[in-house]
Amino acid sequence: MSGEMILKGRLWVLSENGKLFSDIDTDMIYHNAHLAVTDIDKMGQFAFGNLEGYKDFADKAQPGDLVLAGDNFGSGSSRQHAVDCFKALGVQAVIARSFGAIYKRNAINSGFPIIELPDLPDELFNQFETAELDLEGGILISGDNRYQGNPMSEVARDIYLAGGLFQYAEKM
Amino acid sequence: MGRTLIEKIMSSHGGGDCRPGDVVWIDIDNRTARDFAGASVVGNLEKYGGDSPIAERSKTFFTFDCNVPANTIPYANNQQLIRIFARKHDLKVYDVDAGIGSHVVIEEKFAKPGTTTVGTDSHLNIMGSVGAFGQGMGDVDIAYAFKTGKVWFEVPESVRVTLDGTPANGTEAKDIALAMLRRFSSHELLGKSVEIYGPWVENASLEDCVTLSSLATEMGAIIAFIPPNDNVLDFFDITRDEAVYADSDAAYLEDYSLDIEGLEPLIAAPPSPTNVFPVSEKTDVKVDGVFIGSCTNGTYQDLKYAAELLRGRKVAPGVMLKVVPATRATWARLLEEGLLKDIFDAGGIVSNAGCGGCASGQIGMTGEGEVQISTSNRNFKGKQGKGNTYLAGIGTASASAVLGRIASVHELKEVL
Repeated sequence: MSGEMILKGRLWVLSENGKLFSDIDTDMIYHNAHLAVTDIDKMGQFAFGNLEGYKDFADKAQPGDLVLAGDNFGSGSSRQHAVDCFKALGVQAVIARSFGAIYKRNAINSGFPIIELPDLPDELFNQFETAELDLEGGILISGDNRYQGNPMSEVARDIYLAGGLFQYAEKM
Repeated sequence: MGRTLIEKIMSSHGGGDCRPGDVVWIDIDNRTARDFAGASVVGNLEKYGGDSPIAERSKTFFTFDCNVPANTIPYANNQQLIRIFARKHDLKVYDVDAGIGSHVVIEEKFAKPGTTTVGTDSHLNIMGSVGAFGQGMGDVDIAYAFKTGKVWFEVPESVRVTLDGTPANGTEAKDIALAMLRRFSSHELLGKSVEIYGPWVENASLEDCVTLSSLATEMGAIIAFIPPNDNVLDFFDITRDEAVYADSDAAYLEDYSLDIEGLEPLIAAPPSPTNVFPVSEKTDVKVDGVFIGSCTNGTYQDLKYAAELLRGRKVAPGVMLKVVPATRATWARLLEEGLLKDIFDAGGIVSNAGCGGCASGQIGMTGEGEVQISTSNRNFKGKQGKGNTYLAGIGTASASAVLGRIASVHELKEVL
């Protein structure tokens, strides 16, 4: 799936009290109790292990899934685990209204696509519907619903297409 | 048109004529990794680093501060793996005795005003306290910085925050940081470079600047710079000409002012650092434990103040007081000046230097229903255990330990 610019998958809409879940921090995504894990393949089981309402995410996630959240996804610590745990599960991308700055870098550097949809309304997309994410255009589409967000930046696209920061650097 | 502080630092580090939105490769003066994520940095370098994984030895080092000494086998393994790598490549390790890496970098005067530092610590932007750039990054970025000395960075927009007025007596740097979190939450400054001005920061001590800048991460900001004042310049023994300041005609995306005149002590209730209240509204909350330390409030100045407040007083029955100096040098000074005895005699536990209450396990976690007052920077659900963590300054934490409930330092002064 690496290098595709259009991603199609089942959409996890993370919500809290009827609103898109905001301020999901890295301890909710990947709790600090498991930070000593260095093997990416072993990180998947801890994804959202500390996120209220989604603690069973790792059991239910399927390869190809897309994750949608509210503002400031991935705020908090610098742990790469919070990106790698999704890669381990085969999640294709995370989409959010906005991301924490360090999270954004970590995702870009490991060639994991993230797309920002600023001001996305809470109820436009539904849990588990099949959606299409256009990375180049920054557009999420499902059925008749379509939302235009921020296109992938040039550096993010280049690193993504290379397969990660080190692979990108080899081409420089 | 002039440049903001971050634009000037990036320009002088290989960024050329950079402006907000530009992606530039910047030269990094200090390249660090901790025991947390350090092993993954080593793993990346072994996989991708080739024959020469380290660009410049003298600028590259490890700092162990998360789990010190290791109390889990995985952490012990990771630390040992780093030590072996460091010996092989002749890199310095600030080992389990050294304390919090971000503080060591300032203490050792590596992070001078205008320099750049990266590491695997999301509070490395604490360097903003001395007018230097710092940024926490993941293990891929840091491995890349070890190998090449550079990282890419998208130049952020800058905003200016002017703090107007003088806070009330007994109000500390932490309370001002909480006032900023109350005002800006975690969204308004997201991804911005913040510069803080006003009479309070012009007179703040280096330690006060550290506390204020350390909460930039919780505000969602890239960094919160405090332009070096005389206290900071004196610490580094440099003049204004040797530090970096924004140009007077620099362009800011927003110009905020925040009134701190008469500000009283604040406290952040669970579940987030932006859930801020006056301490006076929370005085009916009973307390089980108090943690004093962290990169936010673990300096000599902080712990000396705690010792002075605790001197001759006792921690309330049934309340745990856990104190962790930020660095070994802080520990030494507290020891030499008899201040640890004040904390000990009051009933406190003093641990070795490090990240203490924030990293899992070093000085304990909280249990279900346990109420903890912490001088650290995060109280997200589950972060420090199952309990409920409130964030406050040294005065509030010390007073709460003695009174067994949330209390302001003003109340403590009435207790003998």
